[in-house]
Amino acid sequence: MPPESSSSPSPRLDRRQALAWLAVAAVGLTASGRLPLGAAEPGDRPHGKRIGADPVLNKTYVPGELWPLSFTPAQRAAADALADLILPPEAGGKKPSELGVPAFIDEWVSSYYDETLKDRPIILAGLTWLDAEAQRRHGAVFAKLTEAQQAGIADDICGVKPVKKEHKPGQDFFKRFRHLAAGGYYTTPQGMRELGYVGNTPSANFDGPTPEALKHLGLA
Amino acid sequence: MPIITEKELRPDYDVIVVGSGAGGGQSAYTLTMNGVKVLMLEAGRNYDPATETPMFQTASQMPLRGLSTREKPFGFADATVDGGWEVPDEPYTQANDKPEERFWWWRARMLGGRTNHWGRISLRNGPYDFKPYSRDGLGFDWPIAYEDVAPYYDKVELLVGVYGSNEGLENTPDSPNGTLLPPPKARAGELYFKKHVAKLGIPVVPIHRAVLSTRQDHENIPRRLFPHNPTAQKLTAESMKARAACFWATDCGRGCSIRANYQSTTVHLPPALASGNLDILCDAHAREVILNDQGKAAGVAYVDKKTGQERVVKARAVILAASSGETARILLNSRAKRPEGVANSSGLVGKYIMDTVGAGLGGRVPAFENLPVHNEDGAGAHVYVPWWLYRPQHAGKLDFARGYHIEFTTGRQAPNLNVAGPAAPGYGRAFKEDLRRTYGSFVGFSGRGEMIPNKDSFCELDPSVKDKWGIPVLRFHWKWSSHELNQAAHMQRTFKEMIEAAGGVAGNPTTGDKAIKPGGFIIHEVGGGIMGADRAKSVTNGWNQCWDIPNLLLNDGSAFASNADKNPTLTIMALAWRACDHLIDEMRKGNL
Repeated sequence: MPPESSSSPSPRLDRRQALAWLAVAAVGLTASGRLPLGAAEPGDRPHGKRIGADPVLNKTYVPGELWPLSFTPAQRAAADALADLILPPEAGGKKPSELGVPAFIDEWVSSYYDETLKDRPIILAGLTWLDAEAQRRHGAVFAKLTEAQQAGIADDICGVKPVKKEHKPGQDFFKRFRHLAAGGYYTTPQGMRELGYVGNTPSANFDGPTPEALKHLGLA
Repeated sequence: MPIITEKELRPDYDVIVVGSGAGGGQSAYTLTMNGVKVLMLEAGRNYDPATETPMFQTASQMPLRGLSTREKPFGFADATVDGGWEVPDEPYTQANDKPEERFWWWRARMLGGRTNHWGRISLRNGPYDFKPYSRDGLGFDWPIAYEDVAPYYDKVELLVGVYGSNEGLENTPDSPNGTLLPPPKARAGELYFKKHVAKLGIPVVPIHRAVLSTRQDHENIPRRLFPHNPTAQKLTAESMKARAACFWATDCGRGCSIRANYQSTTVHLPPALASGNLDILCDAHAREVILNDQGKAAGVAYVDKKTGQERVVKARAVILAASSGETARILLNSRAKRPEGVANSSGLVGKYIMDTVGAGLGGRVPAFENLPVHNEDGAGAHVYVPWWLYRPQHAGKLDFARGYHIEFTTGRQAPNLNVAGPAAPGYGRAFKEDLRRTYGSFVGFSGRGEMIPNKDSFCELDPSVKDKWGIPVLRFHWKWSSHELNQAAHMQRTFKEMIEAAGGVAGNPTTGDKAIKPGGFIIHEVGGGIMGADRAKSVTNGWNQCWDIPNLLLNDGSAFASNADKNPTLTIMALAWRACDHLIDEMRKGNL
């Protein structure tokens, strides 16, 4: 189910995530009597950099600007290829790899948040697994395979048909990668257009639904 | 120079206002329009929506696609900075580790305070809402009635600009003709629900929101607001002329650089500053109300957050509008002459804090698939469901005593990270087609209900924990009663019925204790200094004056004796305007 609505302005806060913060806050309180902001442990991301409570809001940010990225060239190549396989371009459209979608996924797994922490091992290990699986089946890394060969691997892990036990690590990875790739893609101008989102543009009047839309709903 | 530094403080302010949100903004506006010299203390930094608002930024231009994080809980682009349920250097504590007995305290340390983060939903309390005890024997009556506040609802609606309609519904007051701005057209999904839930007896009507659907009538409104005050008319007219109408795009929660929506920095503060009667000192964290030898309020001690130095400013009267919790904290920390804090002879400062009951449910309506593409942005909610079961509830046919209203969202909204969340497994063209078909078919329902004040929900000073500046912090106690839990469960069952009435598939309703959002989660914190007719049983009188200290006013949500489902902001402003009119009268008569 999608996130529920709120009288507070969107985007909406996921309740489970909020409760997770509350649990962390409870621990922090017991230890120090204070609510800690930096609850996620840096682990293998020693930069420890975050967005902060008072960032400049009205500027454009690019991945890598606020904290260093993590993908090796090999992981980046695999991420490019898999994102393009999951979200193939329409006629005249650009590929996700050309729209910065894999760079966003890299930004995500390189960041220092409770929300992103759990994805880091899944995505990094998954990209490495993907290349190993490609090598095992076809003797080349994933990015160098034909589309049919790439699809052969994706078909085994995407969950449309039952996933074999030996492919389970790939299944978890594929699910999270698809989620992030789609989120990254459909928030670009091209992706928004493809979904039929045509807002974010000022107009003198709000015209309401079109006659075609009303007819579609039996309201005309 | 109206946004001042410490060196520019004057020795002769009439009134100090602590806080710059709805209560503080309205107080400063009302006072300065009448020539009163005001100093406003704001605990956060200066903030200018005209230059700082990321109105048209898309998620792909933001870090992590605008993800909600602990630092920016409503997403990167939300207007609130230095705020949220956690504020650096400013902890609060809980008396109990049980999740259901914890209170989430939202603060916004910035000019405009919490008016930078709200849904702009502006509903009047009705006649029942001021006399709830008389109606069902629970909670408290206010010492004032709807008729006392109605003229001030009129004024606030005229000043800030509220769109909506008059529907003549029970306990859902109409506004005088010409007061509300025209409501925007309902969206396709909103109309679809209106049609299909009618058979459940559930009304869907235009909501009231503080957004300019048209420009304000700057020639006539100022004369209605200030019939005998040409200066106030001129200042208000100039401010209204500078506000543009909504251009039907971008999320109000990011702030509004064209001043089409209400936040105190777009409506209250510009004319107040233009009057020359207002100075604003930012980064000034109020710690204590200073009393004179007669026991009256004489000023405020505050910490300059930039230097850590403590300072005192003096005035003839003090208005606390620091947010319900922070106002209680200041009163309780004012212990120079009284160990129990000031204005606390009743022992009720910090007691009876309330939030709004919140519960939600999502679903999917197949009829919305492949809806012909058009721009559905509009301006937040256009319709809502006001509480519709007053009669069966009053007849004892429900297992909870108070009402709720329903807000819901439909249609194609700006895509976010979770766009693929509900999609079936797969990839490639089939996956993309699945998303394209279903995008816009998801709906979200939220209930916003009345919580009845109870003795187990309160705040007090923590005996040991202090903030960065050595000021004792609040410790919260929280409990829901069965009224709130049963109401939350009723909300979810109703949402399922509504979604199914529209041919949709809904999520699963659960029990009230699981459905209800944690206390403080809806950010409608009120109480802690409730008003009443008996000084032994309340902190303030019907004019928001502290019983013990008549020149000390609580003009935020503190004085609320109940928390109707109508959302508090409009009522905070109406009461602050009314309280300041009374304060001015009393000062002119020499009574304070």
